[in-house]
Amino acid sequence: MIEIRWHGRGGQGAITAAKIFATAAFKAGYTGVTMAPTFGTERRGAPVFTSLKIAREKIYDISPIETPDIVVVLDHLILAEVDVTAGLRSGGLVVLNTPKPLVAYDFGPARLAVADITGLSVEAGLPQGRVNSGIIGSLCRAFDTVPFELVLAEIEDEFKTKKPQANVQAARLAYEKTVVGDA
Amino acid sequence: MHIIEDGNAAAALGVKLAGAQVIAAYPITPQTPLTEKLSEFIESGEMKAQYVPVESEHSALAACIAASSTGARAFTATSANGLLYMHEQIHWAAGARLPIVMCVVNRAVGAPWNIWNDHQDSISQRDTGWIQMYACDHQQIIDGVLKAFALAEAVSIPVMLCYDGYLLSHTYMPFEVPEEEKIARFLKPFAPAYALDPDDPANLNTVTLPDVRVDVNGETAHGYMEIRYLLQEDHRAALTVAQEIEDRFTEVFGRGDDALLEPYRCEDAEYVVVGLGSLTYQLHDVVDTLRAEGFKIGVLGVRLYRPFPSEALAEALTGVQEVIVIEKALSYGYEGALCSDLKAALCGRQPTVTGMIAGIGGREIRTADLTDTLRAHVRGAPDEDPGWIGIRL
Repeated sequence: MIEIRWHGRGGQGAITAAKIFATAAFKAGYTGVTMAPTFGTERRGAPVFTSLKIAREKIYDISPIETPDIVVVLDHLILAEVDVTAGLRSGGLVVLNTPKPLVAYDFGPARLAVADITGLSVEAGLPQGRVNSGIIGSLCRAFDTVPFELVLAEIEDEFKTKKPQANVQAARLAYEKTVVGDA
Repeated sequence: MHIIEDGNAAAALGVKLAGAQVIAAYPITPQTPLTEKLSEFIESGEMKAQYVPVESEHSALAACIAASSTGARAFTATSANGLLYMHEQIHWAAGARLPIVMCVVNRAVGAPWNIWNDHQDSISQRDTGWIQMYACDHQQIIDGVLKAFALAEAVSIPVMLCYDGYLLSHTYMPFEVPEEEKIARFLKPFAPAYALDPDDPANLNTVTLPDVRVDVNGETAHGYMEIRYLLQEDHRAALTVAQEIEDRFTEVFGRGDDALLEPYRCEDAEYVVVGLGSLTYQLHDVVDTLRAEGFKIGVLGVRLYRPFPSEALAEALTGVQEVIVIEKALSYGYEGALCSDLKAALCGRQPTVTGMIAGIGGREIRTADLTDTLRAHVRGAPDEDPGWIGIRL
């Protein structure tokens, strides 16, 4: 089982991002997929997280993730408010949307992947602050498990009425520009 | 076709597929997305039904009672205090023998105000005469809505399909959507023995005397007690009907199993944990861990709580040393209702029954806590806090 915790802000689309990735994973043969958002405390702008579990077999335990393999952070400013690496398994991965370079961070034994998703998404033609397609591109670059083309098809489908091509482009740009560090 | 959606969406799709004709509901967290989805289906013309916006849950069920009395397939949904606000009408719907289906998206009851999951709301409606089904995942929700209508209409008793607020209602997981073209083979059009007709007005469920009497047509009519006796008889018979419906569902859609109980690794178990809803699925992983450590333990989910599958439970638990009931509700001043029910069903048989309480008001039930508690209990350690898993005082 792979456990991915997504940190974002209410309204930022972390749940949609996790759902897109979950659907692609399911289509790639991961029969067990569950995605449980933070319950009941969502407010626009407030830090929220969602738990995504992926497995080859049906998942029966839908309780929140305590020891993630991967944490995905949609906004680097959340680092000052939330301990995003809480419980992160040793050798785990942090995927971070940040304008800063790898060397600006130290997550100890965790691997770090960074990209300026906010900037790249605008470059792709999305409105300022729409980062949820881009972050999936970064995740796919650093965590090569679900075929990227399958993920892109899901992005296009999810946003079929809201700039599908710009969303796909944002994911592609992020995929290309993501820098992955060593543990 | 498999899709990945949340539990409320699964319920809404089920209601659409079941061809419900009248929906009356009042929004309440965590049920709200379910009714929103249904109103969208109806607004877009995807679903041919009448959506009756109401000012309260009491009116929601009253509207469903009226609709069902005219022979329409009626659906409502609610949670917690909304369910309690319906209470009088809940009794009425069962007494009137109307096959209404209601999703109860389980949530703790105020005070203090709390929007998170436990089972106090639906368990407190245990004695109203409704059938109660509990779903463990989204497949059981969407399929359960179809089975609920089939069962309700077969026995003329309303059905609550209960599923855990947030844990299921707002969690996404894959499930298979029943094929629309197969629905007609499973669910026949609703054809009640009697339906109200404005051209032929009648009074229904008017004052019914304690004794039997000869009615205006010269026929002997039931007294209140006979009518209630028949409700009880039909409730008990619904245990068999529920399984027949389950089998028919399996025949048409190729999935389904036991309508009453869902055992996991119970074959040679010395200890069996019994519960309702998604908790019993979480316990699958706990059982796997404890089995790997050498404990002979299994879990038995109760899928149909009313009518209570007393005989099936007694049979399933024969030879078991101890039954541990973990529930998210209790009868204050005594113990969990499921625990009491199970003790009655097992009276005079071998297994001892221990009750535990967990997850009240959305208190997170950590899988590790379940494992530790059960391991310690089975090893014979005295329970630190009699039965309250995860309490921090």
